[in-house]
Amino acid sequence: MSVKKLGLLLTAAAVGLPAVPVTAMAAGEMFIPLLVYRTGPYAPNGIPAANGMVDYLKLLNARDGGINGVKIVFEECETKYNTKLGVECYEKMKKKGPTGAAIVNPFSTGITYQLIPKAFVDKVPIHSMGYGRTAAGDGRVFKWAFTAPTSYWSQATAFIKYVGEQEGGLDKLKGKKITLVYHNSAYGKEPIPTLKILSEKHGYDLKLLAVDHPGQEQKSTWLQIRRQKPDYIFMWGWGVMNQVAIREAAAIRFPMDKFIGVWWSGSESDVRPAGEAAKGYKAANFHGVGPGYDIHQQILKTLYKGDVAAAKKNNWGEVLYNRGLTNMVYDTEAIRTAMGKFGNKPMTGEQVRWGMENLNLTQDKLTKLGFKDFMQAHRITCEDHEGGGPVIFQQWDGKQWKLISKWYKPMYDIVREQVEKEAAKYAKENNITPRDCSKEG
Amino acid sequence: MEFLESVTITPFVQIAADFPVFFGEVVFNGLLTGVLYSLVALGFVLIFKASGVFNFAQGAMVLFAALTLVGLIELGLPVWLGFIITVGAMVALAYLVELLVLRHLINQPDIILFMSTIGLTFFLEGFGETLWGSNVKKLDIGVPDVPLDIAGMLVNSFDLIAALACALLVAGLAFFFQYTPTGRALRAVADDHQAALAVGIPLKKIWIIVWSVAGIVALVAGIVWGAKSGVQFSLSLIALKALPVLILGGFTSVPGAIVGGLIIGVGEKIAEVYWGPAVGGAIENWFAYVLALAFLFVRPQGLFGERIIERV
Repeated sequence: MSVKKLGLLLTAAAVGLPAVPVTAMAAGEMFIPLLVYRTGPYAPNGIPAANGMVDYLKLLNARDGGINGVKIVFEECETKYNTKLGVECYEKMKKKGPTGAAIVNPFSTGITYQLIPKAFVDKVPIHSMGYGRTAAGDGRVFKWAFTAPTSYWSQATAFIKYVGEQEGGLDKLKGKKITLVYHNSAYGKEPIPTLKILSEKHGYDLKLLAVDHPGQEQKSTWLQIRRQKPDYIFMWGWGVMNQVAIREAAAIRFPMDKFIGVWWSGSESDVRPAGEAAKGYKAANFHGVGPGYDIHQQILKTLYKGDVAAAKKNNWGEVLYNRGLTNMVYDTEAIRTAMGKFGNKPMTGEQVRWGMENLNLTQDKLTKLGFKDFMQAHRITCEDHEGGGPVIFQQWDGKQWKLISKWYKPMYDIVREQVEKEAAKYAKENNITPRDCSKEG
Repeated sequence: MEFLESVTITPFVQIAADFPVFFGEVVFNGLLTGVLYSLVALGFVLIFKASGVFNFAQGAMVLFAALTLVGLIELGLPVWLGFIITVGAMVALAYLVELLVLRHLINQPDIILFMSTIGLTFFLEGFGETLWGSNVKKLDIGVPDVPLDIAGMLVNSFDLIAALACALLVAGLAFFFQYTPTGRALRAVADDHQAALAVGIPLKKIWIIVWSVAGIVALVAGIVWGAKSGVQFSLSLIALKALPVLILGGFTSVPGAIVGGLIIGVGEKIAEVYWGPAVGGAIENWFAYVLALAFLFVRPQGLFGERIIERV
């Protein structure tokens, strides 16, 4: 083989290997596109989430023959967590399958912002679970977008509730110093208005420190923290920013049990590189951690034939794997709900949107699906596309994440007021007439 | 008015209040970070000096080297053996780059060579991830990582040792390229490929040497940054931190990369800590470029860059 041919072959191998699987579809099947990022700077977060989603869909097909007998077909599209690529994936996949994309999970706040206006036109529901545009919780304005079970604003209020309880009551927060270290992006800035409102209400001193993408170098941020001497640090980080921040916090001897991350700063890949330094670090979450739930046993038995090592290779039981499972429970149960009204056949995006809007995940239903104690019962309505789901806190013990708190209901009155205000602003800017939900079927 | 005060008066009042301990800590940490920037910048300078090519793939080489090292350690190899094999891999990469890319582009316009390094970037990123996966990998090289109290300043032992190691490497390389026959040959190649060939300097050999050294520099940079944040794709982005250093120090100067790195390291830390709060923070990334461009007003060729005079 000539040198030139060898070069071409190597290049082709490197460029071609991460290719996505191509799926053949039959008329009686329904299609769910999966926007994933298995490559690029945020791949360590994207891979376990994608594996969780894929495993749950595979389990439904293997265990139940799909949803009510309708087989699910899915296809991955690589976004690299890049907004432009995410929109391209959406455009490529929205019409696939006999009834088009049932529901789309952008898995990126940037992509979500771009897809929300498109969803109105294409009639494809967008589910940004625990991320995206918080104002989309107002279903009267954002008919096609869902943030269930909870949002960044709800989480910010849960943070304050949690630290208030640690201090012996919300009134004890007066005069305390809380610093928010955030990713300098639309995502990182999401909690700021809520934390400001709460600082006025409860009298804590809020300081804001932005970290630019990707966050590999944060010395100056942590020098400022050393001077500020905050009582608590909240972190709205993503990717390498999390690992570096945890290490830097330890380097300035900040007590790790007073350092709390958003649910996108609380995965295994965030803490493992920091080693011992990460011990005691906390993060929020809205589902269980570890592989100790019934659903994991079902996946292990059905998909991995009991081979724990093989399952673990696919991130089985990791925080973001579990998030992928949670995401798919919402989507597939919305499809099941829609089938209850429209019949057991492949659902259109419009029908799935109805299913999402009428989704009632009771504890009984969750237990039957294998999610007992894994997540809380939740209901979505036409008005409320978020539902103010509760938040739980986890702590890294050096080896694994452990749940350490009760479930905290967010201060939903405060959140909802802001959601409606922002949604009304969006409606005005985009000439949207809010729906009258009493007239919805 | 309030903004003007926060930019023109408040930072200086704060510096005076923080002097000497905390301000010293900001400067010291800036210097430590600056040494690391110098190391990354040096990888660019070496290749630019030898071939006049801005090697866009330097960041990808950092990622590839670190991924290879950590991958070998995960396979059960001791760190020292993994290091030696990775050095071998970087030398092999240099050989392949010369064989498959550079050899065919002799005397082509610089932009063609530059474009080829962009292609190399994508190849190395994709190939590295295909070979070793995309997950974050912990890299423990056994260097202690504890906060130290030095004259009231808090300094991390890892940062200190890493900066010392990088400083030694940078000094060694500076000596090698300034005072050895290979270094002189390298400068001759940088001046004129054809003239260098005419006086018997083996151009291909020089390219392999310089790409190998740049590969080893990339490996050390990958170890230092990878041990801090875990080895992951974002390592390839640290090349961006070297660009203002190169603009400031000059693309052809080893001392420029060193001094430039230190100025950028200290400058961005002081700017972020004292001027950042006035404008909402996160200014250090772009401030480094502003600082570098400000230097260009005075010295367009960079602090230590060669002044190019051409007859027109």
